[in-house]
Amino acid sequence: MPPLATRLARLPLAVACLMGLVGAAGATRAAESKEQFRVCADPNNLPFSNEKRQGFENKLAQLIADQLHETVTYSWWAQRRGNVRKTLKAHLCDVIMGVPTQLDMLGTTRPYYRSTYVFVSRLDRHIDIRSISDPRLQRLLIGVQLIGDDGFNTPPAHALGQQGIVNNVVGFPIYGDYRRPSPAARIIAAVQDGQIDVAAAWGPLAGYFAKHAPVPLRVEPITDTARFAPLRFQFDISVGVRKDDRGLRSTLDVIIAQHQPEIDALLRSYGVPLESTGLGGIQPASTSATER
Amino acid sequence: MTLRNSNAMSGIVLGVLAVLVVPPPVALSADDLNAMSHDDKSWVMAPKDYANTRYSGLDQIKVENVGKLQLVWSFSVGADRGQEAAPLIVNNTMFVVGPYFGVHPNQVFALDATTGALKWSYAPKPNWAAAGVACCDVVTRGLAYDNGKVFLATLDDYLVAINTEDGQELWHTKLGDINTGETVTMAPLVVKGKVLIGNSGGELGVRGWVTAVDEDSGKISWRAYATGPDKDVLIGQDFKPFYQDQQGKDLGVTSWPPDKWKIGGGTMWGWIQYDPDANLIYYGTGNPAPWNSNQRPGDNLWTTAEFARNPDTGRAKWAYQYTPHDEFDYDEINESVLLTLPIDGKDRKILIHVGRNGYMYVIDRMSGEVLSATPYDTINATRGIDLKTGRPIKNEEKTPSIGRNVTDVCPNADGAKDWQPSAWSPRTHLLYVPHQHLCMNWKTAEVGYIAGTPYVGATVDMFAGPGGYRGEFMAWDPVQKEKVWEIHENFPVWSGALVTGGDVAFYGTMDRFFKAVNAKNGNLLWQMRTPSGIIAQPVSYQGSDGRQYIAILSGVGGWPGVVANAEVDPRVRNAALGFSGAMQDLPAYTTGGSTLMVFALPLPEKPATPPAARPGGTP
Repeated sequence: MPPLATRLARLPLAVACLMGLVGAAGATRAAESKEQFRVCADPNNLPFSNEKRQGFENKLAQLIADQLHETVTYSWWAQRRGNVRKTLKAHLCDVIMGVPTQLDMLGTTRPYYRSTYVFVSRLDRHIDIRSISDPRLQRLLIGVQLIGDDGFNTPPAHALGQQGIVNNVVGFPIYGDYRRPSPAARIIAAVQDGQIDVAAAWGPLAGYFAKHAPVPLRVEPITDTARFAPLRFQFDISVGVRKDDRGLRSTLDVIIAQHQPEIDALLRSYGVPLESTGLGGIQPASTSATER
Repeated sequence: MTLRNSNAMSGIVLGVLAVLVVPPPVALSADDLNAMSHDDKSWVMAPKDYANTRYSGLDQIKVENVGKLQLVWSFSVGADRGQEAAPLIVNNTMFVVGPYFGVHPNQVFALDATTGALKWSYAPKPNWAAAGVACCDVVTRGLAYDNGKVFLATLDDYLVAINTEDGQELWHTKLGDINTGETVTMAPLVVKGKVLIGNSGGELGVRGWVTAVDEDSGKISWRAYATGPDKDVLIGQDFKPFYQDQQGKDLGVTSWPPDKWKIGGGTMWGWIQYDPDANLIYYGTGNPAPWNSNQRPGDNLWTTAEFARNPDTGRAKWAYQYTPHDEFDYDEINESVLLTLPIDGKDRKILIHVGRNGYMYVIDRMSGEVLSATPYDTINATRGIDLKTGRPIKNEEKTPSIGRNVTDVCPNADGAKDWQPSAWSPRTHLLYVPHQHLCMNWKTAEVGYIAGTPYVGATVDMFAGPGGYRGEFMAWDPVQKEKVWEIHENFPVWSGALVTGGDVAFYGTMDRFFKAVNAKNGNLLWQMRTPSGIIAQPVSYQGSDGRQYIAILSGVGGWPGVVANAEVDPRVRNAALGFSGAMQDLPAYTTGGSTLMVFALPLPEKPATPPAARPGGTP
C-alpha cells in the first residue's frame, strides 16, 4: 500500500481536493497492508461472496483494488455473531465489502447500493403480494429468514409476528447448514419446490437465486411498511472499515462515486433489486416480476 | 518455593504416604466414582461431587494460614482464550484441557499433580470447520473421569475417551455437526457408566438435547430433546410434573406455534447433578430460540426448564419451567446444588438453583415443587414467583420488544448469574455464589447485519446495577433465605467458587485477582495478581507429598470479555461514552492467558534444607 498521498494522486485532482479531512490513518494502513487490498469475507455466501470469488462483493473488491493498483487478499470467515470483532477489528483485513450504512460499530463509506426486503413466489402461483399487510398473508405459508441473535430477526419476521401472523410462518436460519453451498439460499429453494408459498427475504439474496432458479419466480419489493417503524425494510449498503480508518474510507468514497454506473451494472447482473440511494448516479430499477 | 524444592519434598513424602494413595488396581463401578468424589485427596469431576458442592474437606489451608499461600508450580495450556475448565485430579494425576483454539484445539494434558511434571498430552484432530462457524464461544468447561478413562467433549461435537495411563484415544463418537451451528462446551458428567453431555448453539437454530454415551463402547444410549413430542423428550407414563400447566401430552409441541419447536433452542451447556439414592439426574435447559418472542406465542416448553431424569433410560420424572415464554434470554443451564435442608421444621431433599432470572429457587427434588424463590440480586423484570403456579409475575413495563425503548431492566439479558458455579459448605451451611450485577437499557433501531442480511436490532446497553459495581461474590443462607455477606467486584464474577474444610472460600476476578476469603464473614484473607483475568473453576486436592493444593486456570476471553464491557458508572450510558469507550475497560486490566496455577502453603522450615535452597544451585 503506497502512502495515501500517492494513492490520491492516482485519482482525479478535483475529487482528491474534496477530501481535505483525510488524516494519517492511511499511513498506518500502509505499514500494515503492503500493496494489498485486504478483505474479510464469508467463503460460502453467494451472491455476496465465496471462496471462488464469484460473488458481487468479490467483483467489487477487485474493481476497487484495480483502481488502487493493489492485489485483493482475503481472510475468509463465516459471518456469525462476533465476526466483525474477530476479523476487521482484529486487523485481519481492512474492509468488509457489504454492511448497512448505519451500522454503528464500523466506519462506513457512502452507500453503493440500496436494496429492499422482497416477497418471492413462483410466477405460476400468481401471488402478486407487495404489501406486508396483504390479507392473503394470513393464510399463505410464508418463509422468513431467522437470525435469532438475542431474539433479533429479519424485519418481515417481526412485522408478521406483530400482526399475529405466526402459525403459517416457517423459519429458515440464515446460518443454515454450512456444509452446503450458499446455506442461506434454502429459503428460495423452498419456494421453487412448493414447500412454502412465499418467502420474505433480503433482496440481493432473493434476486440472485430467483434469477438462477429452474422455474420462473416473482420478486416483489415489500411495501406498506411505515407503520412497523422503527423496523425498516430498505437498507443502504456501504463498504465497512474500522472507525478510525478515515483515510481509507475517503479513498473508497471517491472510487465508489466515480464508478457508480459500473457498480450498478454489476449488481443488476446479479439480479439485485435496487432502489435509489438518493445520492444520484442511479435510477431505481424496475422492481416488477422477474420474467423469464 | 521453587519447583525443584517441591519435587524433592514430594519424593521424600511419597515414600511415607504411598500406601495411602495407591489407587485400587481394578476397574471401578459407578458407585465407586461417587465414593471417590468424597475422597478429598482427589477432585474427580468438575463439580467435585454429584451434589455439585465444590466443597473439599481438606483443612491444612485455613483462615489462620491462607495468607501465606504461594504459587508452587504453573503450566501453560498453550491457547490464549477464555479458560473456564476445572482441572481434575485422580490419584495424583491432574487432567486439564485448553479451549478450542490454537495449533491443538481442546488439547488435554496429564500432569503429576504434586510436581507439575507433564506425563502425556492428547490433541484431538478437529475437522477444521470454516473459521467462525462456531459463533461465539471456544471455551470448554472441563473433562470427566471414570474407570481409567478421561472423557473430552470437543467444541466440534465429538466425545472422546482417553486412556489415563498413556493418553491414547480409546474411542470417539460424533454427537452433532458444527456446520449446523451445534457445539459442545460443557464438562461431561459420568453417571453409572454413562457419559452425559449436552449441546449449545440455540441461537443458530439448534434444537437442544442431552445425550448419554456408554463409557466403554462409545455408543449413544439415549438422547433427550428439550422440545418436541413426548417420545423425543423421553416423557412417558411415569412423568409427574408438579404444576398443572406442565401436565399434558406433547407440550413440547403444543406450547409452540406449528413446527416452531423443531428449531426451538433449549440447549444444555451447563451442569448436571445426580442423586444416587433417588437415581435421578437434574439439569436445566437453555432459552427458546432462534425465533423472536412474538413469533413463538406459548410457553415454549421445555426451554428454561429443570428436568429430573432416570440416568439409565433418560426418562423424565418431573420438569419445572423457570421462565415460560422467555423474552430475556434467561438460559437456566446454571448449576443446582443437591442438599437436605430443614424447611419449615422438616428435613427436605431439595435442590437450590441460582436462577438466571435473579431468584434463588429451593425446589423439592423429589416432586419438582418450588418451596421458595427469593431474589438474590436487583430484579425488576419480574415482580416475584407465584408459588401456586410456579410462574414468574411479569412486569410489563420492563418487557423489551422491537419498537419500544425500555430502560433500567434488571437483571440484564445474561441474567443475574450465568454458568459460573456456586459452592456449598456443610460446615457453614452457606452457599457461595459468584455472579454479575448488571442492568440494561434496551434501545431499538440499531442496524445490524449477519451474512449479508441487514436488520433492525437493539442496542443492549449494559451497565452496573445499583451501587455501581458489576459483580458480586456472596454467601447465601438458604434456610433463612438471606444474604449473609457480600463482596462487590468491579467486573462480573465469572469464575466458579470453591470452599474448603479450612473455612476458606476461593474465587477469581476478571481484573486478575485470585482471592481467598473467610467463609464465615467474607473477610479477604489473601489475594494474588494472576497472569490474566480468571473465569475458571478453582479446585483443591492433596498431593502425593501430603500437602493441600489449590489449582485454578487464568485466562480471560470470549463472551465474559464482552459482558465486562458494561460500564462502571450507572449514570454513564453508551450514549455518552460510546461503545468503543466502554471497550477500553477490561483491556486496561488484562490480556488473554492460558496459565494453570497451583498453590500451597510454604513447607515448614524445620526439616533439612531443601536442595533448591542451596546458593548457586544449578538445575
